[in-house]
Amino acid sequence: MQRIQRKSKTRDFHQAKWNEPIIFELHQPGEKGVELPPVNENVALSVGDGTSAIPASMQRKNKPNLPEIGQARVLRHYLRLSQETLGSDFNVEIGQGTCTMKYIPKINELLVRDPKMMELHPLQNEETVQGMLEIFYKLDLCMREISGMDCFSFQPSSGTQALFAMASIVRKYHEQNGEGDKRDEIITTIFSHPSQAATAAVKGYKIITLHPDENGFPDIEKLKAAVSERTAGFVVANPEDTGIFNPKIKEFTDVIHQAGGLCFYDQANANGLLGITRAKEAGFDMCFFNLHKTFAAPHMCGGPATGALGVTAELKEYLPAPTVEYHDGKYSLNNDLAHSIGKVRSFHGVAQTVLRAYAWIRALGAEGLKEVAKIAVLNNNYMYHKVLAIRGASAPYVKGHRLEQVRYSWEQLTQETGVTTEDVTLRMTDFGLHYWTSHHPYIVKQPFTLEPTESYSKEDLDEYIHALEQISKEAYENPEIVKTAPHNSTIHKMDEQDYLDNPDKWCITWRTYLKNTKAYDLVN
Amino acid sequence: MSQKVHPYIPNMVPEVQAEMLKVIGAESIMELYSCIPEELQLKENLELPPALTEYELRRHIEGILNKNTSTKEYVNFLGAGCWQHFIPAVCDEINQRSEFLTAYAGEPYEDHGRFQALFEYQSLLAELVDMDVVNVPTFDWGQAAATSIRMAARITGRKKVLLAKTVAPERSKIIINYGAPTLEFEYVQFDTKSGAMDLEDLKTKLTEDVAALYFENPSYLGFIEAQGQEISKLLKENESLMVVGVDPISLGVLAPPSHYGADIVCGDLQPLGMHMNYSGGQAGFIATHNELKFVNEYPSRLFGIVPTVKEGEYGFGDVAYERTSFAQREKGKESVGTQTALWGITAGVYLALLGPDGMQEVGQTIMQNSQYAVQQLNQIANVSGSHFESPFFKEFIVDFNQTGYTVEQINHRLLDKKIFGGKDLSLEFPEFGQTALFCVTEVHTKEDIDGLVQALKDILAK
Repeated sequence: MQRIQRKSKTRDFHQAKWNEPIIFELHQPGEKGVELPPVNENVALSVGDGTSAIPASMQRKNKPNLPEIGQARVLRHYLRLSQETLGSDFNVEIGQGTCTMKYIPKINELLVRDPKMMELHPLQNEETVQGMLEIFYKLDLCMREISGMDCFSFQPSSGTQALFAMASIVRKYHEQNGEGDKRDEIITTIFSHPSQAATAAVKGYKIITLHPDENGFPDIEKLKAAVSERTAGFVVANPEDTGIFNPKIKEFTDVIHQAGGLCFYDQANANGLLGITRAKEAGFDMCFFNLHKTFAAPHMCGGPATGALGVTAELKEYLPAPTVEYHDGKYSLNNDLAHSIGKVRSFHGVAQTVLRAYAWIRALGAEGLKEVAKIAVLNNNYMYHKVLAIRGASAPYVKGHRLEQVRYSWEQLTQETGVTTEDVTLRMTDFGLHYWTSHHPYIVKQPFTLEPTESYSKEDLDEYIHALEQISKEAYENPEIVKTAPHNSTIHKMDEQDYLDNPDKWCITWRTYLKNTKAYDLVN
Repeated sequence: MSQKVHPYIPNMVPEVQAEMLKVIGAESIMELYSCIPEELQLKENLELPPALTEYELRRHIEGILNKNTSTKEYVNFLGAGCWQHFIPAVCDEINQRSEFLTAYAGEPYEDHGRFQALFEYQSLLAELVDMDVVNVPTFDWGQAAATSIRMAARITGRKKVLLAKTVAPERSKIIINYGAPTLEFEYVQFDTKSGAMDLEDLKTKLTEDVAALYFENPSYLGFIEAQGQEISKLLKENESLMVVGVDPISLGVLAPPSHYGADIVCGDLQPLGMHMNYSGGQAGFIATHNELKFVNEYPSRLFGIVPTVKEGEYGFGDVAYERTSFAQREKGKESVGTQTALWGITAGVYLALLGPDGMQEVGQTIMQNSQYAVQQLNQIANVSGSHFESPFFKEFIVDFNQTGYTVEQINHRLLDKKIFGGKDLSLEFPEFGQTALFCVTEVHTKEDIDGLVQALKDILAK
């Protein structure tokens, strides 16, 4: 046999395309997806049909208009949809920058499927969940060491919810000190996640947003000008989405503390910092880690997840209850927190994610965690050098090294070829890769944000870089290829805006689609 | 540093590192950290337990988990916001798929399947609640209720919110923390015999600054609130909105709140195919009519169906994205981010499997089993199977006041008989004395219920 030659640097990829109908179109009257546990004959004899007890005003008159589909067809439908989804297990997942898409260890998935985890009720007697509480407590101990904070809550179930919990603590803290009404401003930065500003606004705060100086650093002079007796708190990520670390962070927290505010640290992504530097030494009063980012729990299409919230001893009594305690060989739930903000989520949060994070830390140990950070930073700087060499790409602000991610710009490419960062998004799909622009507003013009984490080999990184190089080449030589992408995706380009932004046309459910396309009466 | 290469970190290979550092133009990896001031850099390694290999890790974690006793080993009658239901195997098969498990926030092209599965979830749940708009799921019922209430406040431009006193107290904590300091809350009392809302008290409190009333049906305390229409009429006269929380597994047999005038419906998806997971299975939903004033106030993502340039293809995207905090930061509607998308997909699978007949059947079986349980509990001397005289769905308040025992004592003794008794209500509703909220669903066999009754007889006879 002749040796097969593979010269192309980019992957010859085509995504699965099943052209699967909407599930309602699979309706076959009389088919059945599953058999339910039957009612016992003697129970039925004793109580009758059960539903006659419902007051007439509360009885459902018509059955819900759900489809009837056999089990194998339901399974096949969803398996096909799964194949049309590019999970991180399948690709060099570095294009969703800031999201820390790292390898999800399979052993952890096996562990969370243990019935002694899955089949626990959150209100069981503490004696019967000692193992679960032990995992919560031991992860708390690890998190304390990693951050320098004194106590963690795993109740917040995402970074956004952790940010909301922190803003709630800030409010409660100032109320407790009689300054609740006076301190009504929270300061943040433009390169921080939108949820920092949004959740503080939900808590009733006025938001002051600092823009960076010419080198991309948060500006200490602007901070000094912004603080006053109205300052309630300061929330920031470091490094921010640019991957630039603010070396003056301790000065920032000092300025806020002198003004009487609290400092809370968005460490949703702490991947470049594990074992290197901590929230405590930088002067923060609170921080949170996304267990579904830095700590390798899966993202699950967008949750369930955990924003592990850590505070200093001074703020422990403000945490959402309950916390997990350990005394005399027994783990227990502590609901007795003097200034607790109450609850942000029901019961204890997402226990599976707590277990996954603990397992991941235990698989690495202290040295392993530091290697995670170092290799994430090595990988990022390698990409940084390679991407800057691509025609049309740049990385605004300070030169020199970045930490775990970089916000790049295609501004030059757009000016010279008309190809935008949104066009690149769709073309990257053709190579089996994700690519994300950035959160709005686009302070960096034509942005894209890459975060290679520790999970990818040099060869993996090169594959991603080759795809970017290829697209740059196409943009200069034959931009139509890029502008008409995707070509190898599940679907072709959508006729989007009119159907997504026009209230007369948008269809958020199938029934609305049928009504809007006049098919509703035909089907029903 | 040990030079052992960790399986999760391929570039620990020294030769590869050297090559990469050469490209970067750095001598060492630590040089890349020169931006972090010396005084902020840790001098020592973290103090963490030593690393474990995969086999050691499995032994270690399984050893810890073995200290738990699960609801597979003991018969469970706890509910109160997290419930044990039958879970079709296909639900687990789908939500454990690598593609769905590890996907995140990709675009509608490379994650077409994720978008379609969530659009279908929205559409299936819309049929169950009989409304036209459903969001990509939020964290849990509490968050869904809290957001529904804030939506109502924005729509009406009013600040006062009435909560039924029978709303789950833990859920109220979430709602109140989320509403403060913008909103003011006041409770509406209930009839102590039936649990039903006190309409006279509602009329008194329904002032012109009331944005919305929030109540749950079936209630946290299990009973069915039959006065939906009357409540709705009072609210409409006052131009206030009606927000109703609902257990979706009841909706094969109970009228969805949209049929008795609800403007916004919310609840928890956990009964629709999620394992309890020590509360990791919770997921919230919000549903409304397809009117601009409602759609524009959702903070959540809403996936819509879109044609592509090719006839015969469906595409999907974010409807009215400009509402969100992703687009507008603090000027968007509340905030959006990672919530519980995978449980939305799973709930869709569940509804597709059960279909219209299955949803009706599961509701009916639950009601038969729970009524049987109350009937049998009533046979025990000094025990009242249901504290309220109203009909109930799957939960009911068992009254132990005449037994001379506290719920805590009874539950401890039930534990010895491998039974998790109902949730002790004596702290949340002290006015009921020694009562417990029991939950019976389609998973309970006659033997499970008879076993509970016999165990209680034995305990109380002593």
